Amino acid sequence: MTDLVEVRPGVYHDSVTLMQVSQALTARPEVAVAVVAMGTDLNAGLARDLGFEVPPTTPGDLLVAIRAASAADLGEAAAELERQLATTGTAGGATREEAPPRTVRSAARSWEATVALVSVPGEHAFAEALDAVEAGLSVMIFSDNVPVEQEILLKDRARARGVLVMGPDCGTAVVGGAGLGFANVLRPGPVGVVAASGTGAQQVTCLLDIAGVGVSHVLGVGGRDLSAEVGGRSAVQALRALDEDPATELIVLISKPPAPEAARAVRDLDLATPVVAALLGPGQDDLTAVAEKALRALGRDVPEWPSWPAGDAPAREGRRPLRGLYSGGTLCAEAALIAGAVEPGGEAWFVDYGDDAYTRGRAHPMIDPSLRREALRGVDSGVVLLDVVLGHGADPDPSSWLAPEVRDATARGVDVVVALVGADGDPQGPRTQAARLNEAGAAVFTSNAAAARHARRLADG
Amino acid sequence: MTLSMLYGEPRVITVGAEVLAEALDRQAVPQRRVDWRPPAPGVSAALAGMLAKVLADPRRERANATAVGRMLSARPMLSGVRPAREALGLEAGSFFHAGPPITWERASGPMRGALVGAMLFEGLAATPEEAAERLASGAGITLDSCHHHRTVGPMAGVVSPSMWMLEVTDAEHGGTAYCSLNEGLGKVLRYGAYGPEVIERLRWMGEVLGPVLAAALERCGPLDLRTLIAQALQMGDELHNRNRAATSLLVREIAPAVVEAAPGRAAEVLRFINGNDHFFLNAGMAAAKAAADAARGVPGSSLVVAMARNGTDFGIQVSGLGDRWFTGPAGVPDGLYLGGYGPDDANPDIGDSTITETTGLGGFAMAAAPAIVRFVGGEVADAVAATTSMYEITLAEHPAYQIPGLGFRGTPAGIDVALVARTGVLPVVNTGIAGRVAGTGQVGAGLVSPPAGVFTAALDALAAA
Repeated sequence: MTDLVEVRPGVYHDSVTLMQVSQALTARPEVAVAVVAMGTDLNAGLARDLGFEVPPTTPGDLLVAIRAASAADLGEAAAELERQLATTGTAGGATREEAPPRTVRSAARSWEATVALVSVPGEHAFAEALDAVEAGLSVMIFSDNVPVEQEILLKDRARARGVLVMGPDCGTAVVGGAGLGFANVLRPGPVGVVAASGTGAQQVTCLLDIAGVGVSHVLGVGGRDLSAEVGGRSAVQALRALDEDPATELIVLISKPPAPEAARAVRDLDLATPVVAALLGPGQDDLTAVAEKALRALGRDVPEWPSWPAGDAPAREGRRPLRGLYSGGTLCAEAALIAGAVEPGGEAWFVDYGDDAYTRGRAHPMIDPSLRREALRGVDSGVVLLDVVLGHGADPDPSSWLAPEVRDATARGVDVVVALVGADGDPQGPRTQAARLNEAGAAVFTSNAAAARHARRLADG
Repeated sequence: MTLSMLYGEPRVITVGAEVLAEALDRQAVPQRRVDWRPPAPGVSAALAGMLAKVLADPRRERANATAVGRMLSARPMLSGVRPAREALGLEAGSFFHAGPPITWERASGPMRGALVGAMLFEGLAATPEEAAERLASGAGITLDSCHHHRTVGPMAGVVSPSMWMLEVTDAEHGGTAYCSLNEGLGKVLRYGAYGPEVIERLRWMGEVLGPVLAAALERCGPLDLRTLIAQALQMGDELHNRNRAATSLLVREIAPAVVEAAPGRAAEVLRFINGNDHFFLNAGMAAAKAAADAARGVPGSSLVVAMARNGTDFGIQVSGLGDRWFTGPAGVPDGLYLGGYGPDDANPDIGDSTITETTGLGGFAMAAAPAIVRFVGGEVADAVAATTSMYEITLAEHPAYQIPGLGFRGTPAGIDVALVARTGVLPVVNTGIAGRVAGTGQVGAGLVSPPAGVFTAALDALAAA
């Protein structure tokens, strides 16, 4: 072992740099130990403790003490020392791309927002949504599987702050022209929508759009909002808010029949703006009829809803089975009601592939077609009714997978009927989608109710 | 009701599914994406349940605002220097130590070394061996945590009756906090050294330094530490591993009074203080302790009011949970080493100096101290990243402690256990590194993370409270 000990008067480096340099030198295989430090009593003492012969130093001197196996090794270490000292000033600058926020709370603190969109897994949605409410923001909770007591708590806190909780399990909203979640590109207009049903709202607003009538805002409230437990907490707030909004001339409320408590809460509101209430279920208007009611309330004509009948399919004899393969829950329920669905396996039965039972661990069928494709392939006779929902967030080109399937199914003797829910502005281009599906052999309807009636007629023979 | 989101341009914070964020991008809607990450699998479900319970506590939001408001509005003044015997009622054979309570059996090398040194200093033993024996037997010996007595101590943090203490009073809330006098670097008691030079220095500090400083402070009146710390931050200190500016400012403030109070001793006193860049650390710690204590005892608050290590355990205390400690194993710091020392020589994390991080200084203010950024593993940008990441787990930004390089943004202050549990982001702690063998002293300095379990344990207790 040989030692190198040097005292360099008046050479200053900060202690952190020098500790780094010492560490880098000591890490080299040929170096036994290295002390590169300012010549304070402490540092000189440390070097002496290691057995170096250190001459007197002052804190203004740079002390270099290196021990290596041979003189050659020592030379290399000394060269490395110079390299290290020369490069200490070249560390990077102070700026780096700003790290993104990790919570809604943090995002709201550093960026002025008007609304938050939460779609984390349901068990984690509460914290993010509460952050938004506490920051004074309205929040749309796309996530499902949020416990009802958390929903109630969020909605109570939101009311106290004058903000709105849309959801949980809220699939669509349009706020100030921005589509949140699965959202159609709707023209601006006089209709404000409050909806406890995402695809229900999409059907009604898309039909209005086809009729040339736009929306002011579409406020989802979550499928449970008008239940007995939640009592219409958000619906009441959303209705009041739209009532205050000068851009809203007519309000459409879309919900399954509400629990009596919720119905009372809504009825007790003294609103200046007229309301068309659509309560979905047996004996009630279907969604298309609701859109038509809204048009009439605005003094507008009801157009003929576009449809593209299937080509010259051979007339078929007798009653045939009818299958409904849906991605939208409300659309599925409506079609089943109109088409007279019965038990699974019976002559007419309907499946909502957007139901929790099918979406756990996989994407929504509006994005991931695999389950519906499998189901469609399994049908070898009768009539199949499907919905295709367009808009932001949904499958960018559903006809690319569905048209070939329709062609194959038609070749097997299956009649395919499609309810195409979309607005002209949607990125997928509803007319192109309709044309492709129609060309492949499907009858295409913009009204889900009309599609269901058509499917029933086909099945009845 | 008027719903503000219905008017004006929509601006959306998104958290969760990327496909929904992309849909907003395609509509050219201004958007801020949250980098949400699921909590570690396994703890996830239980954690979500605890979190929901704590977050749903109707007291929480106001309690946290109250607690952190008290922490940030504290006005710590250095008001005196007094012997621990007098200030804290400490009796012969009683010692305070850093971190959560610990016994001799579980104490690490530097903690044992410091206790041995304190025994020798107090004249309770003639030799280190005798001191260790008496400490091990426990006869006539009482050990307790500094934090239980309005006190903090760096590293081993051992306080004995004859040591002189800095006394800091909170002019806003009326609290008082204490910290010992800083001995300097290298072989010092707080790092577990107990050689003759250590004891001799402690004697000089008790006979000369303490009384002279006390007399000087009486002359110049209480020193406003909040202002001094604010200035030091703007001069490149983060007040934990770098105290050079703060020490210089302190000397500037008290030097004339030291000369007037003790002309014959002034030179040696000022030379001692000048020779130790960390002299201010202890005053800063007492200031932080006074501020943190002001935030204690607010029911429902999830604010951390103490982070402290005893060389074996890392512990935290939470405002809404009284004096309960939540402890886990202290980690070994990752850092740079003095002389020939390396990671094998390092003791697990030790000291109450994490009170600086608790109140928004130290690692939390790393961006203010570019001169020592290489402790964080490299570049100035890393220091900026360390500080900015702490805004994710803190309740507020300090109104007085600002960072010039971040546009004079206040330092991230007031750790929320719920935010730590949600994000998995752990407090960044700057620290010195003590040698693991009793008597060694300091071997390096660097960074350390608290054990994540202490925050989830505190969250669990809040959920049960």
